[in-house]
Amino acid sequence: MVGKGLHKKERKGATVTEPAWVRWLLISVALAFLALFLVLPLAAVFAQALEKGWEAYLAALKEPDTISAIRLTLITAAVCVPLNLFFGIVAAWAIAKFSFPGKSFLITLIDLPFSVSPVVSGLIYVLIFGLQGWLGPWLQEHDIKIIFAVPGIILATIFVTFPFIARELIPLMESQGREEEEAALTLGANGLQTFLRVTFPNIKWGILYGVILCNARAMGEFGAVSVVSGHVRGSTNTIPLQVEILYNEYSYAAAFAVASLLALLALVTLAVKTVSEWKMQQTISAAETER
Amino acid sequence: MAGGRAKNNVLPGFTPALGYTIFYLSLIVLIPLSALFFKTATLTWDDFVAAVTAPRVLASYRVTFGASLAAAVINGFFGVLVAWVLVRYRFPGKKLIDALVDLPFALPTAVAGITLASIYSQNGWLGRYLEPRGIKVAFTPLGIAVAMVFIGLPFVVRTVQPVLEELDQEIEEAASCLGANRWQTFRRVLLPTMLPAILTGFALSFARAVGEYGSIIFIAGNMPMVSEITPLLIITKLEQYDYAGATAIATVMLVVSFFMLLCINLLQKWSRRFAE
Repeated sequence: MVGKGLHKKERKGATVTEPAWVRWLLISVALAFLALFLVLPLAAVFAQALEKGWEAYLAALKEPDTISAIRLTLITAAVCVPLNLFFGIVAAWAIAKFSFPGKSFLITLIDLPFSVSPVVSGLIYVLIFGLQGWLGPWLQEHDIKIIFAVPGIILATIFVTFPFIARELIPLMESQGREEEEAALTLGANGLQTFLRVTFPNIKWGILYGVILCNARAMGEFGAVSVVSGHVRGSTNTIPLQVEILYNEYSYAAAFAVASLLALLALVTLAVKTVSEWKMQQTISAAETER
Repeated sequence: MAGGRAKNNVLPGFTPALGYTIFYLSLIVLIPLSALFFKTATLTWDDFVAAVTAPRVLASYRVTFGASLAAAVINGFFGVLVAWVLVRYRFPGKKLIDALVDLPFALPTAVAGITLASIYSQNGWLGRYLEPRGIKVAFTPLGIAVAMVFIGLPFVVRTVQPVLEELDQEIEEAASCLGANRWQTFRRVLLPTMLPAILTGFALSFARAVGEYGSIIFIAGNMPMVSEITPLLIITKLEQYDYAGATAIATVMLVVSFFMLLCINLLQKWSRRFAE
């Protein structure tokens, strides 16, 4: 790290940089673009949430429908994130630590939900569990509701957040190789001990990174959830759907108040993400110096 | 096979780990996705063609793909600029801005949607200056493109940034010693090196924009034939219980996503070869 910084400083003023006015022009244009497209919308969320003052803001958050939306969002994330975390660790173990034919095809399949439109992600569950779907008649006979109910919301959310953690852990674990695990096994540790004492410390920041992004998407997913939810107030509305309802009812201040919760979540996500990226970098460069 | 693997890899748990991976992948992703194709297969070919080429559907493709393309071009240009500025220059607040670039990944789409709609509406922070000058953004295709620029922005920055960081400045010195000025060095030396990454970011941004729903519907106005995007049309058909129509259009969308995924994979392979 330090060596790289010195390297750059040494070169400063050589023939590989632009005149000062070009530098400042480029910086200004880039910052103006980011201010217009990122900072302005972010500021607008909070400004409009507080437009009618703190009391109206807090009152909007205390609405029973809003509270039940918050509860449903928390339940959804609490089911989806652990399931996808377990999958992510298991898949990364198989893919990063072993070689087998068809590996890159498997990675492509894991990535698939990233490239499917959220609306299509919701639709496929309607086609399976909906009244006209494969299992629809059977489910109705047994009085089980999946579509337009909480299980459908959870399933659609699992689908859209499916790749996040695996996608983060696979390259990280690949870059770490398997010498350390092999050494632990040779020294007599069993598989579980090896994972907990050797692999886990190496990937814990990667896990945090994946979990926080998975959680942000799980709590904020709109398109897929909107297809399967049925929008029943107070029972199948998540926070983003509640924002939509309030907005469409022209209760703008309330809509932005609820939206500001999600914007805060986004800011916390960015902060945790930045820290864990930095920590991962440290783990990797520490491992490199040891070698 | 197991014997051979055991010889050079002593780590345990391969079979259960791979087995669970394939099981969970099939259960959550592959079987549900296949439902779409099976449902489409129950349509006759003529019904399918009629459903996916109705005038309102064709208009929605034009709006969706046109706006996505425009947004990806804007993101391609400004994404490279932002990546360049973040890698090459020093200025106050750089770390913060670097972190902020990922905001569109972290901010839920519905929040982005209502916020952009309110900023660009008639009385909004920007709308009140733009509308008197005849520039209508909210509730027009232009608004759709603005929302797509927002959600696609991080893709280009985050694919170009690592390539620029890895770039050996010696080749720039060499170009300069050979008499190239800065602009020539950029165009003839740097740009070709960054090109695979730029195209990958462009394709990712385009693919994301095509499928996007939440951030767009609030600002789009959703007028059939004018500012209605294809994902919204799928939802409209579902609400009218036209499952066959919704499924047919969704199949077209899915095939387009698969095609984009293939392009992106090839581009990434190309850029990796370029890097070596």
